[in-house]
Amino acid sequence: MPEIKIVPLGAGQDVGRSCIIVSLGGKNIMLDCGMHMGFNDERRFPYFGYITGGMSTLTEHIDCVIISHFHLDHCGALPYMSEMVGFEGPIYMTHPTKAICPILLEDYRKITVDRKGETDFFTSQMIKDCMKKVVAVNLHQTIHVDDELEIKAYYAGHVLGAAMFYMKVGSDSVLYTGDYNMTPDRHLGAAWVDKCRPSLLITESTYATTIRDSKRCRERDFLKKVHERIEDGGKVLIPVFALGRAQELCILLESYWDRMNLKVPIYFSTGLTNKATEYYKLFITWTNQKIKNTFVERNMFDFKHIKGFNRAYIENPGPMVVFATPGMLHGGLSLEIFKKWCTNEKNMIIMPGYCVAGTVGNKILSGMRKIELKPGQVVEIKMQVQYMSFSAHADAKGIMQLIRMCEPENVMLVHGEAVKMEFLASKINKELHLPCFKPANGETVTITTNPPITVDASMKLLSKHRQVAGTTPNPKRIKTIHGTVLIKGNSMQLMDQEEAMEELDIPKHELRFTSTVQVPNIHHTVATAELMQHLKKSLKSHNVSSTTDGSILIDSVLLRVQSSDDEEQKSVNVLVSWSLHDEDLGTNIMDLLKVGLPVRTS
Amino acid sequence: MLDCCLDFSSLQNFLPIGLIENPRLQNLPKWKLVDEHDNLITDKELKECSGRVFVDSVPEFSFPETDLLDLTTVDVILLSNSASMFALPYITEYTGFKGTIYATEPSLQFGRLLMEELIEYCHHRVLKTETATKWKNRKYKKQLPSSLSHCWEKGLSSWRVCYNSEDLNKSLSKVQIVGYAEKVSVFGALNITASSSGFSLGSCNWKISSDFEKISYLSASSSLTTHPQQLNAKSLHNSDLLIFSGLTQVPNHNPDNMLAEFCSCLAKTVKAGGNVLVPCSPSGLLYDLLECLLSYMEQSNLINIPIYLISPSAKASLASSQIYSEWLHPNKQNKAYLPEPPFPHDELIHLGRLKVFSSVHDGLSSNFKKPCIVFAGHASLRFGDAVHFVELWSKSASNSFIFVEPSFSYLDALAPFQPITARVYHFPIDTRSNHQAASRLIDSLKPRLLVAPPSYLKAPINAPHRTDLKLVTECPITKLERNSVLNLNIKRTSEKVDLDPELASSLTPSEVKSGVLMAPLSAQVITRDNAHLLKPVYKRVAVGRKRKLHDEVIHRPLLSGKLCLTSFVDDLKQEGFSDVKIEDGSSGKIILLQDTVIQIDDGSTHIVCEGSESLRIKLRDLFLKNLTAI
Repeated sequence: MPEIKIVPLGAGQDVGRSCIIVSLGGKNIMLDCGMHMGFNDERRFPYFGYITGGMSTLTEHIDCVIISHFHLDHCGALPYMSEMVGFEGPIYMTHPTKAICPILLEDYRKITVDRKGETDFFTSQMIKDCMKKVVAVNLHQTIHVDDELEIKAYYAGHVLGAAMFYMKVGSDSVLYTGDYNMTPDRHLGAAWVDKCRPSLLITESTYATTIRDSKRCRERDFLKKVHERIEDGGKVLIPVFALGRAQELCILLESYWDRMNLKVPIYFSTGLTNKATEYYKLFITWTNQKIKNTFVERNMFDFKHIKGFNRAYIENPGPMVVFATPGMLHGGLSLEIFKKWCTNEKNMIIMPGYCVAGTVGNKILSGMRKIELKPGQVVEIKMQVQYMSFSAHADAKGIMQLIRMCEPENVMLVHGEAVKMEFLASKINKELHLPCFKPANGETVTITTNPPITVDASMKLLSKHRQVAGTTPNPKRIKTIHGTVLIKGNSMQLMDQEEAMEELDIPKHELRFTSTVQVPNIHHTVATAELMQHLKKSLKSHNVSSTTDGSILIDSVLLRVQSSDDEEQKSVNVLVSWSLHDEDLGTNIMDLLKVGLPVRTS
Repeated sequence: MLDCCLDFSSLQNFLPIGLIENPRLQNLPKWKLVDEHDNLITDKELKECSGRVFVDSVPEFSFPETDLLDLTTVDVILLSNSASMFALPYITEYTGFKGTIYATEPSLQFGRLLMEELIEYCHHRVLKTETATKWKNRKYKKQLPSSLSHCWEKGLSSWRVCYNSEDLNKSLSKVQIVGYAEKVSVFGALNITASSSGFSLGSCNWKISSDFEKISYLSASSSLTTHPQQLNAKSLHNSDLLIFSGLTQVPNHNPDNMLAEFCSCLAKTVKAGGNVLVPCSPSGLLYDLLECLLSYMEQSNLINIPIYLISPSAKASLASSQIYSEWLHPNKQNKAYLPEPPFPHDELIHLGRLKVFSSVHDGLSSNFKKPCIVFAGHASLRFGDAVHFVELWSKSASNSFIFVEPSFSYLDALAPFQPITARVYHFPIDTRSNHQAASRLIDSLKPRLLVAPPSYLKAPINAPHRTDLKLVTECPITKLERNSVLNLNIKRTSEKVDLDPELASSLTPSEVKSGVLMAPLSAQVITRDNAHLLKPVYKRVAVGRKRKLHDEVIHRPLLSGKLCLTSFVDDLKQEGFSDVKIEDGSSGKIILLQDTVIQIDDGSTHIVCEGSESLRIKLRDLFLKNLTAI
């Protein structure tokens, strides 16, 4: 029986360096190719040696690579994989991802090589060469990777251009969600997928145990806290990734500043962000309906209050709100600002998203108040630390909702923490009765599928069936077809029996039985009518009708009461005639008649 | 239904309408209609201008003929491009149509803009509200001048005024969005797929297929390199049937030459201090025109000449063109990756070289600088801001009117403005395939049958010597005549069905001929969305010594071949039937066993017995044992 095999090289019971290898109908597909923010050594990338055995390039092992969205934990290892390990096959991603991904990769490369001084990292040229292998896909477009493998992207709503991917070989299929969001927000729509009934759904589970309160409350809370701080003369730092939540929070603050007529400056670390906003303008078809509808008059991404940030502003006195990258405080400007501001209790840091283990962001969120920012230099954090989940991930409710939407046969959880997965997996077992897997990195899961077998059925047979199904007044009746399967080489054809005989030039042979049965306790003058009534009651799933010559027809079984000269006789002889086709019905009727009619209680 | 265009040719019979009273038009000589007693019926509806008679009325459009067809029976409408859906509101709102409509997102967006423009022109920018109806009485057909009486042949009775915004919004809300190469299932019975046709943003050709049959619809397609994604006809190969429409309307005019002449003629006029009016639609071709013109003007040192784009949909159209990078030619698509807007219009608006107004009353006058170039609608010159500019500029020979839209006759368009002294140029630009390109394309697609309008298959009426201007292909052709019903004979022989794995494994194939296996199959058919799944039929049987009940998959046996009479009789004897008698019957043999009669013919056997089931079953099994397929 066909099997689907899955091995996570990253994101197995973990968040970071998402990379899942799927073997589906003889095709090997790599889902995402990310880096891990918590590590700076070789653990930051998935262990591709698992696939190649360290012996060859990936090209001969992997048929295609699919990237779900532009976050580095989903695409950060791409140039390393394609240019340094070696992969020449196609890489699929959506247009916005294709546009934004190289910019983030370049940014990541700069931080790693230029600031941290690492060598043996991928180069700018490698990013360019890698992007040349990318095939951009549109939503819902069916892409034929080769003759057997087809893939299709669905809207995921996590960041601009984020997509879920459906892949299919024969009748086996996998839906990979990447990261997704089931509730529309200020700039993106909600994830959507049709009832594609995949053999396996691989879903992220970042918020497997969380059921988030209403968005409105969270937003109000956020605005209130920011407002309090700036009233008090404090500075607010919001570490974000250049694209994604940043735009969402900018829209939120922009409209609040408008409404409250605030003058306190809002800054956004420049460079990437200006560019980022341009992307949002050009790919506005990927945002939500409201933004799409109004973009002609006012582009939501033209911000009035939000200005570019300059390093010199760090020391500026007075309140301000600063968005700075990266989002997990694992380096760059956000960490730099944090170091300067963290000792003042008037200031506040708002962490709007998830932070992976090992980052400064993760440390302060877990409540650490003394942090070693550089070897030997421990800093006491006095600034307020707020965590507000604005990550556009589906929560437990959303994940369940997606499962119901696509109706998979199996579910696999990735991109989450083991303990939380445990909880969600048992919920999926219990509520949806679906097998649920949560492999660790390097652990192989094998799923056996039992797909139907497709054959070519002749129209003659099907139209015959349609006639039967269409004319029968009885919905209880099982709609059965009788045909013949012809197997020639690899082709299987289902035909009407006569059609098959004709094609093979074989004469048909019919076998018919006629038997006589004595029915007790019935008078022959009323026999036909009473038998008719009795049979109608007893054989509800069959068509019982009378013919013009006084016989009874039950489907194709013929019944005829034989006339008798003896007026006094208490029983009648009934002739039953059926063909071998209706053997079961025929014997059934014979048995019924032998017993006779039920005695009336009147 | 494949596309639903509106026929705009009816417009040429109407007088232009505008927001202000036009004394010139009001003072045109009246044309009277009288009844049989010479009583005046009306002298208000028809007016004469420069020898032609026009209808003074709210303009009307000629609706597609629906006499042949009950639109409530249409299940699906496929829309190919933004210009092929003008009749949609009439169909969805006024005919009882209940089906599904499919279009790509850009087609829908630009189609909406074009229809909104039309509604704005016909309903909001006019003084006139009455519709002339008396002239449409068949009684007066003979009195009408030939240009108008001819309208009767063009479906005059179905002419109607423009729909309103409410109709449009309701109608378009019923459209389902599809992407290129998206497989859309229609009731599970058919798959439809759109693929790029290269004609305009989001324009497409359609593939309609079942498991074994395929129909392709090749609509307005272009193999030229303009702004939209290139033509991709890969999915249309080897169709059972190819329906072709959308040939260029001006096969004599090469688009590149026309574009060059357009630019140079335009530059000449403005250099001489004249103004240029280009009546056109606010999307599609305009983007290419603007881009070419702007670079041409840069080269000719004319960057100080302002270009005005005036249409209620202009702003939205330019903005929309920038956001569909996925649907653009790769050259433009790549710009979005930089990120830069695909078209230069934003920058030009920023520089003040291109000025966009929704109408002449939208603050244009305070900004207006001559000489200038004006792009304005509507191309028919019957409504919209273009009407204003024709009236304004027609009296000076230094001004030029340049016609680029291929769908409107420029002479008809200008007729109610005659006499005019401004110079008139006709550089129609139609990027749709010409005859040679279309013939080549069709041949490469290798359809088993081509269906095309008869006019494509012969040289044009106005140029009968141009035998090169007809489709020449190798495949068989059926003509698609107006008002006729074609019966396209595509016989469906098979359909894919799924066998439940348990059912499949219960089959017992036996070799009936070398290399051919045969197995009887009985199954329950579960049909969902026209897809069939076959499930096993079970029979409860007792098995084993303990007679445990067990569900067994059963198949109705297939009896074939002949009964081997001698071995059957031998078997009967072995089973203890001593007095077996064989007699010759009328058509075969008859075996007599006590009360039982077995009548054996070539293709059938009839066992007649006296009610003993055990006997009957024994005979049945012996019979089946001795039946051999040949």
